[in-house]
Amino acid sequence: MHSFGYRANALLTFAVTILAFMCAICHSLITSILNINWFQKQPHGNDEVSLTLNITADLQSLFTWNTKQVFAFVAPEYKTSKNSLNQVSLWDAIIPEKEHAKFWIQISNKYRFIDQGHNLRGKDFNLTLHWHVMPKTGKMFADKIVMSGYRLPDAYR
Amino acid sequence: MGYIGETIDSIKSIQIRQLLTQAISLGMIVTSALIIWKALMCVTGSESPVVVVLSGSMEPGFKRGDILFLHMSKDPIRAGEIVVFNVDGRDIPIVHRVIKVHERENTGEVDVLTKGDNNYGDDRLLYAEGQQWLHRHHIMGRAVGFLPYVGWVTIIMTEKPIIKYILIGALGLLVITSKD
Repeated sequence: MHSFGYRANALLTFAVTILAFMCAICHSLITSILNINWFQKQPHGNDEVSLTLNITADLQSLFTWNTKQVFAFVAPEYKTSKNSLNQVSLWDAIIPEKEHAKFWIQISNKYRFIDQGHNLRGKDFNLTLHWHVMPKTGKMFADKIVMSGYRLPDAYR
Repeated sequence: MGYIGETIDSIKSIQIRQLLTQAISLGMIVTSALIIWKALMCVTGSESPVVVVLSGSMEPGFKRGDILFLHMSKDPIRAGEIVVFNVDGRDIPIVHRVIKVHERENTGEVDVLTKGDNNYGDDRLLYAEGQQWLHRHHIMGRAVGFLPYVGWVTIIMTEKPIIKYILIGALGLLVITSKD
């Protein structure tokens, strides 16, 4: 009952339990800014848009001792008569370290923005920057920031 | 000859009661494990509450050998979620991220496109022939948390089943021969 082995075992179990609890409650606050400019459009069976995105973000405060990486992506969201919600990811990036979490990038969309139908002319949409924090161990969590007020052109170009 | 005689004597001397007690202990351990597994299935609402990552398509986030905890709720599927899904005709479930969602106004049904973070292209090549989108019934759960490395035990036991038999044999032997 009072042997070294028994005590070492009790101590180890206690330490692992505390560590697991600490991994679970990790949490943090962020600030980020995003703005976009856009460009051209090609019809293609279904409507398709090609955009140039200008993304500025500062996700550094998401990084803690338990953060393995942050996955960030930008997706417009819009509504059509057939679909109550459409989300189409246009760009994503894996941010492996805090040093890379503050960035500015201007690129055309990585994934094609294709509608189910011909609904994109004059379509209002909001642009959402999502981030997904993947820990070294434990619970993953995600959040987003919504920038509304974007609108696609009324005619194809 | 004398050694064999001694062994037979020692086997006869094991009392029936002690043997039964140990058999019941072993049975209790196995049953408890099963109860915990079924309870996890109930709580997480998923047929498979824990999965092992088998490929590198989600690196560096998930590596081969990591364990993922799944949860399936009735919440709608949204872009960015990491889902585990089955493709018709394939046994092994795939764990990738949702990149496109089109949700129907009237029925609430949803078309989903997924992609592994570390892959160049989306998963259309992995879907069944002619299939462009995943639907809700393909999806087994959302990944909500994970543990690194622990899944290697499962991978090793699946790829080299002899190790599984050795482990079970050793465990059984240990329980039977312990003097508790």
